[in-house]
Amino acid sequence: MRIILHIWRQRNATDQGRMTRYEVPNVSEHMSFLEMLDVLNEDLIAKNEEPVAFDHDCREGICGMCGCMVNGVAHGPLPGTTLCQLHMRHFKDGDELYLEPWRARAFPVVKDLVVDRTAFDRLIAAGGFISVSTGSAPDGNAMLVPKEKSELSMDAAACIGCGACVAMCPNASASLFMAAKIAHLALLPQGQPERERRVKAMVGQAGQELFGSCTNIGECEAVCPKEIKLEVIARMNRDFLKASWTGREE
Amino acid sequence: MSALAISPLHRAARFWEAPIGKKAVMAITGLILFGYVIGHLLGNLQIYSADHQQINRYAAFLHNPANAIPLWVIRTALLAAVILHIVSAVQLWLQNRAARPLGYKKKADVPTSYAARTMRWSGVIVGAFIVFHILHLTVGSVLPVHEIAANEPDVRYNVITGFQNPLVAGFYILAMILLCMHLYHGLWSMFQSMGFSHPRYTPLLKKGAALVAILIAVGNISIPIAVLTGFLTL
Ligand code: HEM
Ligand code: FES
Repeated sequence: MRIILHIWRQRNATDQGRMTRYEVPNVSEHMSFLEMLDVLNEDLIAKNEEPVAFDHDCREGICGMCGCMVNGVAHGPLPGTTLCQLHMRHFKDGDELYLEPWRARAFPVVKDLVVDRTAFDRLIAAGGFISVSTGSAPDGNAMLVPKEKSELSMDAAACIGCGACVAMCPNASASLFMAAKIAHLALLPQGQPERERRVKAMVGQAGQELFGSCTNIGECEAVCPKEIKLEVIARMNRDFLKASWTGREE
Repeated sequence: MSALAISPLHRAARFWEAPIGKKAVMAITGLILFGYVIGHLLGNLQIYSADHQQINRYAAFLHNPANAIPLWVIRTALLAAVILHIVSAVQLWLQNRAARPLGYKKKADVPTSYAARTMRWSGVIVGAFIVFHILHLTVGSVLPVHEIAANEPDVRYNVITGFQNPLVAGFYILAMILLCMHLYHGLWSMFQSMGFSHPRYTPLLKKGAALVAILIAVGNISIPIAVLTGFLTL
């Protein structure tokens, strides 16, 4: 099939950027979305043009590197998948697709569809961890966790940090990402000692990174490739409100 | 001993600094305003009483100088709630707008979030409506308000003659439709903002919020419609 692409081309961080139209004439329905872009790039290289820069790594939907907006939807039209796991059989001959990078002040464009997501790393560094003494691995069953809690925690831990939630949110808020990390750790015994400090530090850091805040719209939940639920944001709010009023530490 | 807690003032300031803190302020002030909207609706519906003086007696009770202190306490609390609600909304709005300086050429929306995405506009128009409404029926600068005696407004007369003007009636109807949308999102949203979400109860909460918002709008809109169709006359 033939696919028409309008892709955001931007040479570097300071370039203005613009949409450019491309045609990919021989797309097989078995290709993944990124393979379709690979085909386009080979063609561009053969024509001595600059290939389209896009992020990717595992191409298995587990690393969180890939992603762009496809017709205004983060990771494209198929719910619960990353862009690398989206296949061309979901499109039809003659489809016109608009590809744009994640847009947020906290995610500056590096080149074309590649954005700088180190703001997420700084959010994690602010509190998205548990401090443990290193040494030999603890015995797997030394600390028992009830099944419901471990499942809820695992649901939140499925977050791969791709940034689709920020990209889709009308407020460019990182709430779903932060809340997933906070819920993941707050549901486990190991997360308890630093629970108050963590939520306050991460919420504070999100403000410094100039992410927006949540207005309970739910577009993040709709595009999350790991189907993280809005419920984690309520958990974060609850922890934050509690920590703000009863927390002792500075 | 653990570190001493910071001063309550400092704690409150830090709470207000954080977007989640401001959302909690919006949820609580929104709840106060919601309570007022319910009370106000119950007051309004007295216009359907067979006893034409019913609503005027209610107004005279509210305006009775003997009740001035509770009346002004409530008015002050409502004004404070409106101000806090709007100041938080505007500050978060500006921050959220700045978080995406360059928008998308093409952006799809989740269809169910229409009321959520238009909260600012429904809020602004409802806010303008509140000012108009007070000028119209309390201050009397839109149309002169009639009084039966000092501190006894002739509410029935003022409301019916006001709504006989289709422009006034139309603005009231529009504002109530927007209030309905604002309350639909606001009423379930405040639970989420305060940290309550549950896979079983949140969907019910959304349905309940829609029902309550629609009942409020229908109750209020029925009055201008009743006047325009001639069902309510002087
Ligand atoms: C009758 C008057 C009003 C009532 C009863 C009311 C009620 C509420 C409630 C209950 C919420 C939920 C708070 C939360 O998210 O937890 C809310 C949110 C909000 N209100 Fe109002 N409100 C009123 C007027 C206004 C006005 C005049 C504005 C004007 C700026 C406004 C703007 C907003 C905004 C922006 C939100 C945030 C909603 C979100 O996206 O989460 N409201 N309101
Ligand atoms: S490339 Fe790893 S998730 Fe898509």
